[in-house]
Amino acid sequence: APMNLFMRMSLTTHSFLSSFHSHLCFVISSFQMQFMLLFSRQGKLRLQKWYVPLSDKEKKKITRELVQTVLARKPKMCSFLEWRDLKIVYKRYASLYFCCATEGQDNELITLEIIHRYVELLDKYFGSVCELDIIFNFEKAYFILDEFLLGGEAQETSKKNVLKAIEQADLLQEVRGLTILIGCARELFGGFTP
Amino acid sequence: MALKIVKGSIDRMFDKNLQDLVRGIRNHKEDEAKYISTCIDEIKQELKQDNIAVKANAVCKLTYLQMLGYDVSWAAFNIVEVMSSSKFTYKRIGYLAASQCFHESTDVIMLTTNQIRKDLSSPNQYDTGVALTGLSCFVTPDLARDLANDIMTLMSHTKPYIRKKAVLIMYKVFLKYPESLRPAFPRLKEKLEDPDPGVQSAAVNVICELARRNPKNYLSLAPLFFKLMTSSTNNWVLIKIIKLFGALTPLEPRLGKKLIEPLTNLIHRIYLFFSQILHHLSAITLVCFSWLIAFLFFITVLISLSSGMPNHSASIQLCVQKLRILIEDSDQNLKYLGLLAMSKILKTHPKSVQSHKDLILQCLDDKDESIRLRALDLLYGMVSKKNLMEIVKKLMLHVDKAEGTTYRDELLTKIIDICSQSNYQYITNFEWYISILVELTRLEGTRHGHLIASQMLDVAIRVKAIRVFAVAQMATLLDNAHMLTGNTQRNGICEVLYAAAWICGEFSEHLENPMETLEAMLRPKVATLPGHIQAVYVQNAAKLFATVLKSQEGNTDSTTAQEASQLMIDRLPLFVQSANLEVQERASCILQLVKYIQKLQQKDVEVSEEVCALFAGELNPVAPKAQKKVPIPDGLDLDAWINEPPSESESEDEQPKAIFSKEEPKHSRPRHTEVDEKELARRREARKQEQANNPFYIKASPSSQKVYQETPGVEHIPVVQIDLSVPLKVPGLPMSDQYVKLEEERRQKERAEKKKKDKKKRKEKRSGRGKKHDSGPESEEDITPAHMVDIVTEEMPENALPSDDDERDPADPHKALDIDLDKPLADSEKLPVRSHRAAEVLKSPAEDEEGENVSSLEPKKKSSKEKREKKKDKDKDRKVKMLFESGLSETWERRLISVMLTFIFLFYSFDRKAYDIQGNLQDGSQVVVSVIFENKCDSFLKSMEFNVLDSLNSKLQRPEGSGPHDSLTIPFQLPPGVSNEARFVFTVQSIIMPQKLKGTLTFIVKNEESSTHEKLDFKLHFTCTSYLITTPCYSDAFAKLLESGDLKSSSIRLEGVNMPFHHLLARICFHHHFSVVERIDSCASMYSRSIQGHHVCLLVKISSQTVSVDAKCDEPTLLGNVLDEIKQTFSQC
Repeated sequence: APMNLFMRMSLTTHSFLSSFHSHLCFVISSFQMQFMLLFSRQGKLRLQKWYVPLSDKEKKKITRELVQTVLARKPKMCSFLEWRDLKIVYKRYASLYFCCATEGQDNELITLEIIHRYVELLDKYFGSVCELDIIFNFEKAYFILDEFLLGGEAQETSKKNVLKAIEQADLLQEVRGLTILIGCARELFGGFTP
Repeated sequence: MALKIVKGSIDRMFDKNLQDLVRGIRNHKEDEAKYISTCIDEIKQELKQDNIAVKANAVCKLTYLQMLGYDVSWAAFNIVEVMSSSKFTYKRIGYLAASQCFHESTDVIMLTTNQIRKDLSSPNQYDTGVALTGLSCFVTPDLARDLANDIMTLMSHTKPYIRKKAVLIMYKVFLKYPESLRPAFPRLKEKLEDPDPGVQSAAVNVICELARRNPKNYLSLAPLFFKLMTSSTNNWVLIKIIKLFGALTPLEPRLGKKLIEPLTNLIHRIYLFFSQILHHLSAITLVCFSWLIAFLFFITVLISLSSGMPNHSASIQLCVQKLRILIEDSDQNLKYLGLLAMSKILKTHPKSVQSHKDLILQCLDDKDESIRLRALDLLYGMVSKKNLMEIVKKLMLHVDKAEGTTYRDELLTKIIDICSQSNYQYITNFEWYISILVELTRLEGTRHGHLIASQMLDVAIRVKAIRVFAVAQMATLLDNAHMLTGNTQRNGICEVLYAAAWICGEFSEHLENPMETLEAMLRPKVATLPGHIQAVYVQNAAKLFATVLKSQEGNTDSTTAQEASQLMIDRLPLFVQSANLEVQERASCILQLVKYIQKLQQKDVEVSEEVCALFAGELNPVAPKAQKKVPIPDGLDLDAWINEPPSESESEDEQPKAIFSKEEPKHSRPRHTEVDEKELARRREARKQEQANNPFYIKASPSSQKVYQETPGVEHIPVVQIDLSVPLKVPGLPMSDQYVKLEEERRQKERAEKKKKDKKKRKEKRSGRGKKHDSGPESEEDITPAHMVDIVTEEMPENALPSDDDERDPADPHKALDIDLDKPLADSEKLPVRSHRAAEVLKSPAEDEEGENVSSLEPKKKSSKEKREKKKDKDKDRKVKMLFESGLSETWERRLISVMLTFIFLFYSFDRKAYDIQGNLQDGSQVVVSVIFENKCDSFLKSMEFNVLDSLNSKLQRPEGSGPHDSLTIPFQLPPGVSNEARFVFTVQSIIMPQKLKGTLTFIVKNEESSTHEKLDFKLHFTCTSYLITTPCYSDAFAKLLESGDLKSSSIRLEGVNMPFHHLLARICFHHHFSVVERIDSCASMYSRSIQGHHVCLLVKISSQTVSVDAKCDEPTLLGNVLDEIKQTFSQC
């Protein structure tokens, strides 16, 4: 059954915090993200984005080891771990683990914030997102990620802008299959034009 | 026939789409691989079809399969096909697939260059966006080189959406193609002041990232960043800039001084805000991200400031207290972040953190390894002479308790790190340290045996006073070697024996019972040790043997000496049979030697002296960098040939001829100098081997240690854990705890003695002085080392060169970006620009053949002509550049088109007419800029479009209905050599400050063969003077105005003005739009009025080349700027 990713997230904020948000909006700072992985509790990869050039073999090796390491951690443990030379930041939303690797020193929270923002974006786009949404529309999940991060750097800090860009790009995209259908109809009925 | 097509189309409708594929995979859990292989077959069929929709669908499915780990590199070409579809739907999928599947070695990437270029210049911003996103994932050096110019152009795109992406991707381009940095940098710098905050932050991002790696090249940007910092309201830009300054200040100390003021303001702003909410800080509210980020940012700022400012210890103290709350929280993330922030504070304020030692030690017990590691990091910074023993004791307890080998190894390295940091600074008792090292050898299965061994060697060699103790300990270790080696032959810890054997051998004069140790070293079990250790054993057995002989010298009873020889002769043959060459060689050599000695002994010949001579001389530790630092003697050029370089093969061919002519005896010279590369490499390898096996090669550099750790053989061998209920103790070894106690006692005793002395002193002084308070808890300096420890410093060559220590990894891509950015661009540095072959492509092959003769001749002619033209234009070029201030020289230096345009900003003046017509607009808010466009090239210019990036204050007036970034079409075309004027109206809000607006002019250059799109960047300088209008004023009105008292005054002095007074006045009138009210001799009053009605009055006096200008105006800022501009006018002449 589809599970709401936000099942475990509370998005409540204090009133003075929201004023703080508008006052001193601490938006995402720059960092060099190395890669981002989404995987399920069973260790199945759901999405991967690499911002460093690595061979497929290396990618597979890293993914395997990292998924193992993260899954072995107990639920109450902290979201950060040092792995090889990298700093891994991960967070579990319902059945999905979102896992990022950075090389920076002081970006833990910001990386966590990026993960969170990405989840929020997915949630807004799909409307209370669940793992199945990401499985079946994995290309959309990539498109959203690409509007949000570029080359491992956050390019857009406003959620609204990201969604706007995605929606407009989606508008450009016709419903897939429709053209094929029309093509068929045209061939079947001769001079038919839609 | 028709039916077939229809059937094909309908079939396609039933093709699996992505959803079907995913569903199918989920339904075939048992035979997933089989199912997918059928799917891949289907996809291969689909890719063969012509319909692009079908292909895109197939590529989309492949992207999914790629994520599941299947190889899809075979479809790379199909991906390129889908990428080049004209429909955005498919293009998007194609680029996604490419960004997921392509990497640098994908060869089809070469084919994409033109497609990507086309997409980058697409009118649809989403096409461009998709191409940029894709490019960021698979950019190669080739692509970077070919597309750098296109991406650079996009940095000035009208849409911020594109500008932002282009700026970010430039960073990747720089990494792949460092040559692009210098040409692109001016524009990148411009983007720091982009009106769009997203673009601005992207630019700050990129520049900060660049500057972080090579700060010294970005020092010149400091004023710009300084300005940004004081003006920016975007807090995260602030964070970045503060970090950047952190990197710059060490290079330029003056910066630090300058920074203090704005940073103080900043911190006060933040501090005020925080003081209100800091007391709300409890665990519950802290769960909010933004809150935490803010809090941690606060700490970061505080720390980056604290070095410059003394009075923040109170706020630091407060922060540390709040951090304690974080660390005590049950939420593990908070704990982790608290510890992390703590470690930042520790760097600058160690004292305020050290009081929380208890908490940090408590964190060592945490279940979460991440947190334990953080706590360990903190401990590293917290040690002092006073608490080192205590902390290490705690850590040793954790070593005993630790479960996983990785964590235990981490603990071990941390203990050694902590103790050895800054040249054993905190160790007061080396006996204690040696015993700690010996205790650490109890660790089964650690892979850091080598580390312990190197520490033992280091301490024993460098601390002379400890040798007696160390040797005794090592002898015991050797005696109990069986405990260490256990049953696993390749146990990491046996490395320790290497150190033990070497120390016992080298410093054998300190051994109590050399004979026993010699016996221990020659036990048959030794043969199971790794080869390099055995080799050390054998060599050092010989040293011990020499010591035994020496000790027996003069002794009439020679049985002990003979026993020793016999022992050697009995045991060495075992090593002679060793499979390890090194061991075998050393053993057989020594065996023969001992046999000879035995013969001499039987003849009662004294041999000990000769044997000892074999190992005479003391070894000194040499610094790892010593070799590199040997200064090169004067007059020695290492790059010069010692002998003539060997002649090339060509001249060798001629050699037979030359032999007969006596003039060239050179050729017959033997070729000493030629060094065979292979031979060199072989020798180097051999030397490395030798060094590795050589106990005399002390103090391996850290890098070689790392190499050792990474050696797979040691790391991946499963280690058998022995479960011992009783902690393993090496019998007869003193425990480190004992030393802790001893040390405590010693310190107490010392303290007591000191007090006594103090008392005595006080008694003596009592008469003079009143009360002198007790010295209180002992401070760092009070602790004296247990015995005079003479730490031998590592040897350095005489006159060692002070070389910089930051040796960087040559593979670091950022090294290539260490480029001087302030040097003016050279001709050769322009970015490669695509030549315009569009017309050629269109030509039919027949035409091409016809024209071949002509075309083969023409280019040559043209190029020479162009060259001449270019030379001629060079001077003009320079002028134009100065006019524009924008350094986009590559626009000018393109070889194919030498377009020359001059903008002459005739005047910016307030236009009454415009004002009258648009009377409903605000008073004095308009400025008209007249521009003369002159075409200086030989081509026809058309479709000129003028655009300016509006600022908050000044905006270009555009026709109704057009957007704020649209450009204005200039209503005329320019044939060669013709000039024309265009006027642009700007709306200005505040006129009291001068302003610069950036703009671009785009136009099409058309000649017979081709037409190209060109672009010219410029800056419009709105001076304050340009807001003044010449207005006549009568002297009585002028006097009234001055009397009114509403005006603020200001004055300047101009020195060395060398012109008649009336010229001077004329100049002010002409350049600064003033009119003369009254003139009396060398004194004149002048008046002008701004478009917003400000009165500006001047009183100009001249006396012997010095001009004083006293001025009054009702707007002091405007006045100041006008005066500055007047000053500038006269400084130029």
